[in-house]
Amino acid sequence: MTGQSPSFFHRLGLAFSLFFRTLFDARFAGSVVKLITPPAVEPEAADATAEIPVLHQASPDSALQLLGLLQQEGRLVDFLEEEVAQYSDAEIGAAVRVVHEGSRKALHAHLTLLPIRQEAEGARITLQPGFDASAIRPTGNLVGEPPFTGTLAHRGWRVTEVRLPKLASGHDVQIIAPAEVEL
Amino acid sequence: MSKARYSIGVDLGTTHCALTYVDLAASEGDEVKLAFCPIPQLSAPGSIEERQLLPSFLYLPHPDELAPGDLTLPWNTGQSWAVGQLARDRGAQTPIRLVSSAKSWLCHGGIDRRAAILPAEATEGIEQISPFTTSIRYLTHLRQAWNHLHPDTPLDQQALTITIPASFDPAARELTAEAAEAAGYPHATLLEEPQSALYSWIQASGSQWRDQVRVGDVILVVDVGGGTTDLSLIAVVERDGALELHRVAVGEHILLGGDNMDLALAHSVAQKLAAQGSRLDPWQIRALTHGCRIAKEALFNDPELSAMPVVVPGRSSKLIGGTLRSELTREEVTAIALEGFFPQVEASVRPSVRARTGLTQLGLPYAQDAAVTRHLAAFLGRQAEATSGLEGFESHLPEGAGFLHPTAVLFNGGVFKAQQLSQRLMQVLNGWLAAEQAPPARLLEGGDLDLAVARGAAYYGYVRSGQGVRIRGGTAQAYYVGVESSMPAVPGLETPVLALCIAPFGMEEGSAAELPPQEFGLIVGEPVHFRFFGSSVRRHDQVGTLLDYWDEDEIQELEGIEATLPAEGRTPGEVVPVKLSAAVTETGTLRLEAVPRGGDERWKIEFEVRS
Repeated sequence: MTGQSPSFFHRLGLAFSLFFRTLFDARFAGSVVKLITPPAVEPEAADATAEIPVLHQASPDSALQLLGLLQQEGRLVDFLEEEVAQYSDAEIGAAVRVVHEGSRKALHAHLTLLPIRQEAEGARITLQPGFDASAIRPTGNLVGEPPFTGTLAHRGWRVTEVRLPKLASGHDVQIIAPAEVEL
Repeated sequence: MSKARYSIGVDLGTTHCALTYVDLAASEGDEVKLAFCPIPQLSAPGSIEERQLLPSFLYLPHPDELAPGDLTLPWNTGQSWAVGQLARDRGAQTPIRLVSSAKSWLCHGGIDRRAAILPAEATEGIEQISPFTTSIRYLTHLRQAWNHLHPDTPLDQQALTITIPASFDPAARELTAEAAEAAGYPHATLLEEPQSALYSWIQASGSQWRDQVRVGDVILVVDVGGGTTDLSLIAVVERDGALELHRVAVGEHILLGGDNMDLALAHSVAQKLAAQGSRLDPWQIRALTHGCRIAKEALFNDPELSAMPVVVPGRSSKLIGGTLRSELTREEVTAIALEGFFPQVEASVRPSVRARTGLTQLGLPYAQDAAVTRHLAAFLGRQAEATSGLEGFESHLPEGAGFLHPTAVLFNGGVFKAQQLSQRLMQVLNGWLAAEQAPPARLLEGGDLDLAVARGAAYYGYVRSGQGVRIRGGTAQAYYVGVESSMPAVPGLETPVLALCIAPFGMEEGSAAELPPQEFGLIVGEPVHFRFFGSSVRRHDQVGTLLDYWDEDEIQELEGIEATLPAEGRTPGEVVPVKLSAAVTETGTLRLEAVPRGGDERWKIEFEVRS
């Protein structure tokens, strides 16, 4: 983060320029008000009927844990972080077998994945009024009222169960893969 | 034990352990509620996962190797070792700290099973433990896992069954029972693995099994596990109008299993890679072995495939640059796995045996002949008389038959997921049968190749509670002690040894043999050593039978036994005449005791596992 934090002298200059622009530029001053006011009381969000949205920040722990498992079993981080341009398709293909077999094993061991729609892709299906818009995304010629009839382009995936390993207290999930030193 | 809520089965395997249970209260007749108990274990440092299997590996980490808390289990924070998945993964990179195949060491007669000798590859400065202690640690982990998940029904209050190879000798059975006792399994019963596989098959078929076997059948169970091959014969007889199963013979202990095949394939692929200039480290060999197992199963189950790619990642973060690619071809897998381990042979062949040099004592006594079919031929040939005393089997074998004729075969072990291997074995066996004008044996289908032993173990506890059909059998050997004959010494000749039968073939659990008439003089306060023998073929010897001659193939010498008479109430040095008594405990172990003349005392005779 330090690289993005302006230095003291930079900040000093910034403070002076902001002082004068805020004083003389009314629109700019409005932006500053928005910047320093907490979003919950932001005037534009306070529409008479709308509820105040509550946004969650997902805990990074389980994301890091899953990434660690994909690396451990399927070498996923190694694969994504490697420069592929210098290799032939055959070489990349050989590595993909490692990634595919291991990541798939990790995925199946820790998540239960089910397709959202059971029909074959390409089948015609009808969406009834009140369909679950988070599980089904209608696309293309989207006009009028449901029922909508269309072609299933992707079956979708839903995770029905997550089984992540339990962690000992003090376990550092930021270590995706420890450095290895052969003695 | 009448209040046990569950029957718990423990498959204490060479490469994996599993824990199963039957809810006794919720089961009735053929309706059996059987489930696997997940086993929480370290899957990575500081990371606990529940798995169906516990890999039978124990890792002894360096004190600086892991961060504090990395070995924490849900029920324990202070343990300095790991068992299960983490142990296996760590051990692949640091084999000098890994204990594996403890079960094979437990029945290795050439070593002291209570001595701290594992890891066998340990270098100086590495703590070692005994095969016996290793078994205790696996069993303890399983008990703690159960108690963690079932706090209201602790394991030690349930009906407990632990599986062992049918070929385990009395000393190995005794050690397993002692380890169970020490790990908090009171009154556990031992069950032979091939029997367990058959129990599982019976349970899985519901009531259908009665339609698939008939009176007069001889079922051959071929159980090829990760590290051992275990053979048993079970006859179907009729008693009081109902089918009854009798285990009539078990094979020798053969250290030969599926892992040998995968390793053989891996070495052939490693040679191809070496020819291309790539040398593999042990960690890569492990990945290669795993890849070869997958490729083998694919090739054997899909006749369309001509080759399967096998890739081995390197250890560095350069995955693409470090991955080696090779392939396993149909020719290779056929030559190595099929022809190497299941060759077409005649029924009269026997496994080749080379004279061992003294040095092999240090390692495990692996089978010298890798051909399962040759070991099978030897087993059936040796057991040609196995059904001779059984009612209804008088005419089972035609005159002059060279081997026992099985009528049905049950396979067990992950090896047989490659169908071509089970087909080959059936083909070879049926070829032998056809040569003796016998009908072909049927394949009993529907067994769970990987998990049958574990399932059968829990089901067995249910059967013992009085439900379902029970396999009878008793001891699969007759036992003898060596007696020096009173012949004048001839220079250059060893004094001949007579074998005195003290336990006949087929002693059932909970029964005792009568006392032989012969007496021995034991010296008070001094250990007295006896030579000890077993025979898996002499079915008709009674207690007191004295043999002065036998074929080498007929009677095998086991580890010796040792009696020590306590000095209480006697003068040290006094000679007390005793008889030797044998009994089979409810657990399934052989108990030998010395009974002094005219007294009620009994002194336990120990198996000399500290050879």
